[in-house]
Amino acid sequence: MSEIAIKDIIKTENLVYKKTSLMTDKPLSYCPGCGHGTAHRLIMEVIEELGMENDTVGVAPVGCSVLAYEFMNVDMQEAAHGRAPALATAIKRLWNDKLVFTYQGDGDLAAIGTAETIHACNRGEKIVIVFINNGIYGMTGGQMAPTTLVGMKTSTSPFGRDVSLMGNPLKITELVAQLPGTYFVTRQAVHTPGAARKARKAIKKAFQNQLDDAPGLSFIEIVSNCNSGWKMTPVDANNWMVDNMFPYYPLGDIKVDGELVNK
Amino acid sequence: MGELRLMKGNEALAEAIIRAGADGYFGYPITPQSEVIEYLTAAKPHERTGMVVLQAESEVASINMLYGGGATGKKVVTSSSSPGISLMQEGLSYIAGAEIPIVIANVVRGGPGLGDIQPAQSDYFQSTKGGGHGDYRLIVLAPSSVQEMSDFVPEAFDLAFKYRMPVMILSDGAIGQMMEKVELFEPIPRLTDEEVKAKYPWATNGKPKGGERRIITSLDLDPYKLEEHNHHLQEKYRIIEQNEIRFEEIMCDDADYILVAYGSSARISQKAIQLLREKGIKVGLLRLITLWPFPYAKIQDMVSKGKKGFLAVEMSAGQMVEDVRLAVEGKVKVAHYGRIGGVIHSPEEVAEALEQKIIGE
Ligand SMILES: Cc1ncc(C[n+]2csc(CCOP(=O)(O)OP(=O)(O)O)c2C)c(N)n1
Ligand code: SF4
Ligand SMILES: [Mg+2]
Repeated sequence: MSEIAIKDIIKTENLVYKKTSLMTDKPLSYCPGCGHGTAHRLIMEVIEELGMENDTVGVAPVGCSVLAYEFMNVDMQEAAHGRAPALATAIKRLWNDKLVFTYQGDGDLAAIGTAETIHACNRGEKIVIVFINNGIYGMTGGQMAPTTLVGMKTSTSPFGRDVSLMGNPLKITELVAQLPGTYFVTRQAVHTPGAARKARKAIKKAFQNQLDDAPGLSFIEIVSNCNSGWKMTPVDANNWMVDNMFPYYPLGDIKVDGELVNK
Repeated sequence: MGELRLMKGNEALAEAIIRAGADGYFGYPITPQSEVIEYLTAAKPHERTGMVVLQAESEVASINMLYGGGATGKKVVTSSSSPGISLMQEGLSYIAGAEIPIVIANVVRGGPGLGDIQPAQSDYFQSTKGGGHGDYRLIVLAPSSVQEMSDFVPEAFDLAFKYRMPVMILSDGAIGQMMEKVELFEPIPRLTDEEVKAKYPWATNGKPKGGERRIITSLDLDPYKLEEHNHHLQEKYRIIEQNEIRFEEIMCDDADYILVAYGSSARISQKAIQLLREKGIKVGLLRLITLWPFPYAKIQDMVSKGKKGFLAVEMSAGQMVEDVRLAVEGKVKVAHYGRIGGVIHSPEEVAEALEQKIIGE
C-alpha cells in the first residue's frame, strides 16, 4: 500500500464538514467530552442555516455555559442565575422579528429559575429554550440538582439522593409540556453522531417554529453528561447516562405542533 | 402650555411613561403604586405608541425583563414599592454592572418586612448606597409633587441613556396617592428599530451585517479586568457627581438654620418654615432633587457661609442625615427628625424639632 501524506488529503474538495462561522475560534472552556460544546455547535449551525445570524439574540445565564457568549458568535446577553426566560421575554416582545433563545442548565432552569421558566412557557412566549440536563450543578463543583437521580451521589448528596430527605428528581420538561403555552417540547441527547443529528433536527424545528410565528414556546431538553461532576471518564459518563439517565428521562418528542404525543 | 389634568401621582407617572416614548413597562402589582400598571393596561399604550406592557410573575422577573429589554437599547421601565424593590436588588446590581439604561420607580411604604402601606422614606440607604451587591450606584431622583412624578420620567430616561445605568425615581406613598394638577409634557415619539440600532451600537439586537457581535454581561472572571471595569464605573460616577447634582433652595439666603428634606418631607418642611418664620426664626429649606449624587459641596458652602445648624427631616429613623453629617463634618449642629413606620410628621412637629434639637440644645 502506497503511503498517502495527510496534506494530500486535506483539500477543499475533500472536506465533508467544517465548523460553522457562528462558533468563535476561542477554545471551548468545557471539560473534554462534555455535551455543552456539541449543543452550542448545533444551535449555531441551525442559526447559520436559517440565515439568521444578524437577527438573533441569545441569553445564557449562570452555569458552566455562563461563558457561552465567548463561543456563540451572535449578539448575546448574560443573565443572572435562573432569569434567562425573563430577559428573553422582553427581548422578543420588543423585537418581534428577532430569533430569541435561552440556553440553561438544570439547576438554572428547574431550581432557582423555576418561576421564570414556568411563566414564560405558560405565557407562550415565542422563544426557544434549550435546556441542558446533566443531573448536577456542574459549574459549582458537582452539587445535587433538582434533576439528580435517586441514589445518585453528588457533593451535597454524598450518600446518594435520598427521596425522603431531598425529594424526587424533577421532570420539568413533562411539566411544561402540560402548559397550553408550549408548542413544541422534546427531549434529545448529543452523545453520539446519530443522537446529535436528531437533536439538530429538533433544534431546527424549534427555531423554524419561531420564524413561522408559531403560537407558543419551543422547549428542547438535551440530556447531557457531566464527567467532572459525576467523577467518571467521558466514555463511562456517556455509558452511565444511557443506562441511568435515559430510562428516567426518555428521549423523544413530548409535544409537537401544540399536541401532546401519546406514548 | 401643555395639557392640564388632575391626577394621582401614580397616574401621572404612568401617563408620563407613555409620553416619554417608553418601549416597554414590566411590573408586578403592589400597594401603594398598583395604579401605575392599572393605568398602563387601561390606557392602551400599544394603540397609542406601540409600547409593550406586561404584568410579570414577580418583581424578580420584571427587573430581569428590564435587563433583557434595556440591553437591546429599548426604553424600559418598571415601578414597585419597597418589598418589591427589595426583590429587584439582584437584578439592579447586574444591570449596573452590565451598564444597561433602565428606569425604576419606588413608591416607598413603611417597613421593614411587609410593614404597612403608608408613606415612608426608609429606603434611602437601599436606594443611594447600592442596595444590591458590589460597588455601584443608581442616580436617584426624588419628586415632591405630582408634577414632578411626570416631569422626572423623561429626565430619568435621558440620564439612564446618557450614562448607561439604572436611574431610580424615589417617591413615597403620599406623592403616589395624592391628586394634584399636572401640566403634561408633549409626547416624545418612540425611536424606530433603525434609530435604536444607529444610536446605541452597544445594544444586543442582532449582530450588524459585516460587524462584530455585541455582548452584554456583568461577568469577568479575570480580577484585573474586573478591577478595570470597576474603575470605569467609578469614573462614570465621579462625572455624575460633578454634573448631575440637583436641588432647590427655598428661603436659604437669610436663613440661620436649614432644613434638609426631599419628597413629602420637603413639602411638610416648607410649611414648617412658615411657622418658624412667623416666630422670627430664620429657617430655609434645602430640597434635595437628586439623592445620589448628594450635594455635599452645597452643604459645605452653607456651613462656610455661617449657617448655624441643619435638621434632616425624613420619614425614616435617620438615613439621609448621615450624608448631611458627612458634609457638615461636625462644624455645626446636625440632627434628625422624622416619624417612622408609615406615620407622616406634621409641620408643627418639624418646627418644634428644630427649636429643640438645633436651637435649644
Ligand atoms: C443567585 C446565585 N446563586 C447561586 C449561584 C452559584 N451557582 C452558579 S452556577 C450554579 C449551578 C449551575 O448548575 P446548572 O444550571 O445545572 O448548570 P451546569 O453548570 O450544570 O451546566 C450555581 C448554584 C449564583 N451564581 N447565583
Ligand atoms: S463541569 Fe460538567 S457540565 Fe461543566 S464543563 Fe465540565 S463536564 Fe461540562
Ligand atoms: Mg447542570
